[in-house]
Amino acid sequence: MLKLYNVEVQSRLLLGTARYPSPAILADAVRASNTDIVTVSLRRETAGSRSGGAFFELIRTLGVRVLPNTAGCHTVSEAVLTAKMAREMFSTDWIKLEVIGNHDTLQPDVFALVEAARILSGEGFKVFPYTTDDLVVAERLLDAGCQVLMPWCAPIGSAMGPVNLTALRSMRASFPDVPLIVDAGIGRPSHAATVMELGFDAVLLNTAVAGAADPAGMAAAFAGAIEAGRMACHAGMLEPRDMAVPSTPVIGKAVFS
Amino acid sequence: MTFIINGEEQEVAAATLADLLAALDYDGEWLATAVNGELVHREERTGFSLGERDRIEILSPMQGG
Repeated sequence: MLKLYNVEVQSRLLLGTARYPSPAILADAVRASNTDIVTVSLRRETAGSRSGGAFFELIRTLGVRVLPNTAGCHTVSEAVLTAKMAREMFSTDWIKLEVIGNHDTLQPDVFALVEAARILSGEGFKVFPYTTDDLVVAERLLDAGCQVLMPWCAPIGSAMGPVNLTALRSMRASFPDVPLIVDAGIGRPSHAATVMELGFDAVLLNTAVAGAADPAGMAAAFAGAIEAGRMACHAGMLEPRDMAVPSTPVIGKAVFS
Repeated sequence: MTFIINGEEQEVAAATLADLLAALDYDGEWLATAVNGELVHREERTGFSLGERDRIEILSPMQGG
């Protein structure tokens, strides 16, 4: 079973809660995905509005663990303060650490990410860093106290799917014992199945489900694909080859001419 | 006093953070607060004195990916 910071989780799909057409559709998608963990965020509250309360209650009724994020943070200090406010708000020391370095690609600022991860780990946070597939950065994040890594496979919301399979493969090979969750860039269930076939431990999704015509249907499709990829990885897949190999044995075949 | 509340300048008669939240009708166990870049825990708000032009952040849960 997958263990994240000593917490056992059944589902290998982590689901984002943003951009659904309605709270009811979000709830349906969470249930259909069978996920154990959803990501959430924080925003400025308007005086007297209590708008966050309804969402807070919805998440509570879904009975899933929350992984708050530091989305939109661009500096170490912003990310650290947001993480602390998230811990207070959601009563969890889990934090999906995002420190964005580029406006167009939403690529993480890996230098700030490592620094923020070190500060937060030192303050007792269980850091889930949104990072790239860079092996040296991954090493630094582990040194900083992270016990889980969340590499992107393509830019957030791009739906491109894994653009660098070689990098993902070498990341898996380099860190065989670290839980690796592909976070960001997945567009369709086949992308999720592909990274699970490579041996990744889980997938974090949002837009691919929330933006589908039928989010609950897509959540179920992803759950199936992730499970299929996982099973295939364990069952041992064939390597591709250039030439055909007859699947029907040719020994004893009748000769008619 | 004048404060910068969630990025906007505002005049509020409040001596502590708890006073300010009450005066502006902020309520909810889900709120998280920070003053001048430092978290102020829920239980510290009553005793937390505010000063002129303090920067106050009041956050609540939202959907996220």
